[in-house]
Amino acid sequence: MTQNKAGLTLAAVFLAISVVLTGCGGGGKPAAQVPAPASTGDQPKLDGELNVFNWSEYLPQEVIDEFSREYGVKVNYDTYSSNEEMLAKIQSGASGYDLVVPSDFMMQVMVKKDLLEPIDLSAVPNFKNIGDQYKNQAYDPGNKYSVPYMWGDAVIAVNTDKVKRPITSWKDLWDPAFKGKVVSLNDMRFVIGATLKTLGYGMNETDPAKLDQAKAKLKELAPNVKVWDSDSPKTSLLNGEAWIGLVWGAEGVLARRENPAIQVVYPTEGIGLWQDNMAIPRGAKHKRTAEAFMNFVLRPEIHKKIADAFPYNLPNVEAQKLLDPSVLGDPQVYPPQDVLAKGEWLRDLGDTTQLYDRIWTEVKGQ
Amino acid sequence: MTAGVGSGLTRARASLRRLPFLSRLMTRGSENGRAYLLLAPTVFWLGLFLLVPLVLVAITSLTVRGAYGETVYRWTLANYARFFEPLYVQILWRSLVVAFWTTAICLAVGYPFAYFLAQVPRRHRGTLLMLVIVPFWTNFLIRTYAWVVILRTTGVINTVLQALGLISEPLSLLYTPGAVLVGMVYGFLPFMVLPLYTSIEKLDHSLLEASSDLGAPPWRTFLRVTLPMTMPGVVAGTILVFIPALGMFVVPDLLGGARTMLIGNLIQNQFLTARNWQFGSAASIILMALVTVGLMAYARSFGFEGEELVG
Repeated sequence: MTQNKAGLTLAAVFLAISVVLTGCGGGGKPAAQVPAPASTGDQPKLDGELNVFNWSEYLPQEVIDEFSREYGVKVNYDTYSSNEEMLAKIQSGASGYDLVVPSDFMMQVMVKKDLLEPIDLSAVPNFKNIGDQYKNQAYDPGNKYSVPYMWGDAVIAVNTDKVKRPITSWKDLWDPAFKGKVVSLNDMRFVIGATLKTLGYGMNETDPAKLDQAKAKLKELAPNVKVWDSDSPKTSLLNGEAWIGLVWGAEGVLARRENPAIQVVYPTEGIGLWQDNMAIPRGAKHKRTAEAFMNFVLRPEIHKKIADAFPYNLPNVEAQKLLDPSVLGDPQVYPPQDVLAKGEWLRDLGDTTQLYDRIWTEVKGQ
Repeated sequence: MTAGVGSGLTRARASLRRLPFLSRLMTRGSENGRAYLLLAPTVFWLGLFLLVPLVLVAITSLTVRGAYGETVYRWTLANYARFFEPLYVQILWRSLVVAFWTTAICLAVGYPFAYFLAQVPRRHRGTLLMLVIVPFWTNFLIRTYAWVVILRTTGVINTVLQALGLISEPLSLLYTPGAVLVGMVYGFLPFMVLPLYTSIEKLDHSLLEASSDLGAPPWRTFLRVTLPMTMPGVVAGTILVFIPALGMFVVPDLLGGARTMLIGNLIQNQFLTARNWQFGSAASIILMALVTVGLMAYARSFGFEGEELVG
């Protein structure tokens, strides 16, 4: 009897473990490409291998294959789903990656912590294709460590079939008429940032008194929010679960493709902006090859191909020219200059991140 | 059965002897030495993948967070003290409530089901048990997403009810506490059913007959005979459901719309957004300690000894 009980418990524990493991196994597996022999002789001499660590759903396999074929480099491709996940791996040292794609504020952290290798821009001549407004960002003056990859924004998307009145401001999300009808990014920085905007403050506020006001304000938004979703907020807009939302710009545009009643609105207080960048971790073994890969990505036709697959915004003005005029000329996809000028980039807040987390936990834990 | 295992072991030992190195170890060492040798892979495995990470978590929980989330090796208990602020205690309490209801519903649904399973003719039992296990062949995330499709405004339930004219406006099913509970119960039910089934199946039917011969109505027979005798299954099942339910963060996010923060979400956020591994580690250790202590007390109260639960 005793033995049976113990055996039963043991069996059940194994079952539990196996389920927990399958339940959590969301990570991507590295995909290795077998290189074909280099086709041209005048290519610079590169290493036979390159280890790339990028966001999931951010680079089409086709582009990786093309690079492998052309340069005879075997590309090992791994993915992550948050800046923090990537930082943790790089920080642990000996990650073996030659190229990572940190967002703006994460660049700041990695530069400060000396986790990146300076880039030799002379080895990345296609850097000239990048528009001036995307170079020289505050987090990396002179692009010593980074080359822009893609950028985007956080905006309001609204279903005009359901919402008849004009939407102009972040404050509109607080309208009691939208109780249980709002979808919001589940992203502490952009949501608290938009809240700060309604109070007339900046998205990178560090003053505890102002953040306290934002906390009270955000608690008022909570009853309106039907779902907090950063992965696919368009879904709730499309299936009628939500009428209006704080979403990634690209998500709003994708929703509009399926339902023309859904429109992207740039709130008058200013939108939130982000930019992802290619960078080389300190101590990377294949630095030269990583630079060749960057240069390859920045080729107009390649960069456009990436944006076709994953419709974020291109920092590459030559690639933009290849876009369909209806895409580039669409103010809901590429915000007009005045909207961009009023937009705000997120910065790393150092210790104040803890205060933001506290506000977030209080709002969600109420 | 026992004889089969015994002869199997003898065979295994005999085949191990053929390797000269092992044979020398085994003949030279005592019985104990041999036992340790056989245990070695398990000890190595647990040490490497359970003990070492656990020690790392414990160490991290005692350090100071640097401005960029790095670990500064100065010792402190501040991370533990922080957890006992009302904000976090409340989150823990809410998680306990959700885990409790998940377990209670699983038990209420699982017991009759397991009882039924144990009663059906043997030839059908295998098929039915198989059906309980089949969902595990699909990733838990995908099965949870399936509930999104079922529950959403334009989902299966609403579409059918509207087509039948039973409702005019779609019901709000998804992103509610009820949806979370449905998802949790769905996910954990097999962990309740399987141990219950094993317990109920072993039930001695002559005792039930004796009880009714002596004049006990069925409900009394159930309370005084069936339930006490299947208690090992109930205890194992509730433990197997309660513990993972307590740490669950995927279901509240997907089916609850991430509107309420549970302890699992809190810990996840510390690692993935707040970059505060120190506090996340402290919260994990506290949760583990609470679970261990609670488990011991629970098991003892039903007359289990610690080593049986450890397996």
